[in-house]
Amino acid sequence: MDLTILLFLVQDGITNGAIYALLGFALVLVFAVTRIIFIPQGEFVAYGALTYAMLQGGHVPGTAYLLPIFAFVALLFDLYAERSRITGAFLLRQGIDKIVVPLGLLFAARELAGVSTIASLVLTVAIVSALGPHLYRIAFQPLADRSVLVLLIAAVGTHLALTGLGLVFFGAEGQRADALTDFSVDLGPLPVSGQNIAVYVATLLLIAGLYWFFERTVQGKALRATAVNRLGARLVGIRTKGTGKIALALAAGIGAVSGVLLAPMTTIYYDTGFVIGLKGFVAAIIGGLASYPLAAAAALAVGLIESFASFFASDYKEVIVFTLLIPVLLVRSFASKHTDEED
Amino acid sequence: MKFKVTLLAAACVAALGISNASVKAEDGVLTVGATLSTTGPAAALGIPEKNALTLVPTEIGGLKVKLIVLDDAGDPTQATTNAKRLINDDKVDVILGSSTTPPTIAVSAVAFDAKVPHFGLGPMPITPGKERYTVVMPQPVPLMAAGIFDHMKKNNVKTVGMIGFADSWGDLWLGQFKAAADKYGLKLVADERYARADTSVTGQVLKLVAAKPDAVLVAASGTGAALPQSTLRERGYKGLIYQTHGAVSQDFIRIAGKAAEGVIMASGPDMLPEGQPDGALTKAPGLALVQAYEPKFGARNQFAGHPWDAFEVLKRVVPVALKKGKPGTPEFREAIADALITEKDIGASQGVYNFTATDRYGVDERARIMLTVKDGKFELIK
Repeated sequence: MDLTILLFLVQDGITNGAIYALLGFALVLVFAVTRIIFIPQGEFVAYGALTYAMLQGGHVPGTAYLLPIFAFVALLFDLYAERSRITGAFLLRQGIDKIVVPLGLLFAARELAGVSTIASLVLTVAIVSALGPHLYRIAFQPLADRSVLVLLIAAVGTHLALTGLGLVFFGAEGQRADALTDFSVDLGPLPVSGQNIAVYVATLLLIAGLYWFFERTVQGKALRATAVNRLGARLVGIRTKGTGKIALALAAGIGAVSGVLLAPMTTIYYDTGFVIGLKGFVAAIIGGLASYPLAAAAALAVGLIESFASFFASDYKEVIVFTLLIPVLLVRSFASKHTDEED
Repeated sequence: MKFKVTLLAAACVAALGISNASVKAEDGVLTVGATLSTTGPAAALGIPEKNALTLVPTEIGGLKVKLIVLDDAGDPTQATTNAKRLINDDKVDVILGSSTTPPTIAVSAVAFDAKVPHFGLGPMPITPGKERYTVVMPQPVPLMAAGIFDHMKKNNVKTVGMIGFADSWGDLWLGQFKAAADKYGLKLVADERYARADTSVTGQVLKLVAAKPDAVLVAASGTGAALPQSTLRERGYKGLIYQTHGAVSQDFIRIAGKAAEGVIMASGPDMLPEGQPDGALTKAPGLALVQAYEPKFGARNQFAGHPWDAFEVLKRVVPVALKKGKPGTPEFREAIADALITEKDIGASQGVYNFTATDRYGVDERARIMLTVKDGKFELIK
């Protein structure tokens, strides 16, 4: 092992670590706001990558059709829940949210498929992040006040359903997208591709964006308030149901961006997301499902360990990565007070 | 409202009644049951197999073919349930499936107990003493491996690096390599593993390149085989790259792009019937499959060949078996099992079958072609 190999491995580790960091963030965010241990996060990555690859190849992706279907089901849920107090304003809001926007995105996907990389990128993020709130409405909102365990079971069910839908809408074969750019720069012996740089820049921008969102906007503050204390947040007039939808929209958006970044680097299948999501999970859990900076640092560590493990002991790579959790959980369980249920 | 509920209940009862009415074998109908992995991790195999079953003949030897296709999601337990259902409820004359090794073994066990002829679509080990009712359509791995090792020897390859899936497919090929290494004068200098869902194989490839092998053998399947292929070329590996028949597909070329150029793959003959000599018994069935499959389902697929070939075999054995019994009877099923052995040189898209009482794969070198990729297209290595 020489310096060149070391540099390659470090670069590889940081690139993957950056993606895991994004996923770790999304998981921490969703858990803090809604108490859902969000297993289906990986599916958003796969959906994002596959949507992007298909749009780039000039095809209309399955998610563009899936979105109006999800939205319609969510609309039925809302109409039923509000059946005794339906007003014109309510119908107008619902109509825009659940009919006009999804069909508009479907139309845009049909018109803009294969036109340009930027259009594919924007459409992918728009379509996949729009799935998030409807998913929350259908699968989680009816259970919002239940225990963490019930929400976890719902999350596992959602994961299985989304994987199945992925097979139906994208097919069994993998997809790979073209790189955002062919740009490459040499740092000593190490070529750094434009794709790597895009991953670093996107991760930093998203982290900065999330920081701004949580610190400077009313909605971000509402999310934080909900995370600290749901009941208290409701008492001061925050719609906690709304915050769940925003959290899932953000999580889906982050997943879509990770997918777009990953799509040119590896082949993504309809079921790839799960394992990638699990590695983000390792990072999030090391961060205690609460701390963003800890999760980010842990994600980088996971990426680096994975990269070095694949060089030295490729048979045991996954074993090594997931075994990391055991000492962390041990330390955490000794260091923190036990409560059966936080409510 | 109440009336509607009653009506619905009545309809349900009626439907139950219909499905419960015991299925009797109809005269002049050959009932074929299939359990395929059309969902789950092996869906990439099961879906083209299911597609191919929409193209098979609707009549064989004067019998109407009735086809029942079930999904087992690659799960041996589900495959067992499906096989029992097909045999007990639908009274099938022959059973096809499943797509990968574990569920195929499960179906084989059920078929042996019920004495129903079984066409395995995934390669499986045959237990001595339990050969009679199962034949296997895909080529055995040693046959394909021999093609790759031959090519290595002819091209003066001495050292080989392997990178394979961290699953039974990778293990199987490592075993093949170790068993054949001395015979072909090959030496293993690196052995790396990865998983289909990995986002990068940089670490493994760096180690392979550092070991400087004359050739690299990638033991992976489907488009998952493309990742080491492109990473090796990106990292400047100039030697030969070999791929197993698990990787042969149009999608592999699509995903690997330029990196696929010059790859050497062992393949079943159904991937390129056009390039075969006119006398080859695999040419006509292969062309027929490709011409039926491509307009309807897009690019050709090697797995589509297996169920197609099961019907090529049925076309030969059913007329023979009809002389001894009617469909739906044990005599007919026994006669099919006999005819599988007595019929010789059955030409099909994936090979020429000569089953014997012990050789249930029944194929020889004619079931293998060597392919390379040139200008984004498969080309035959003569």
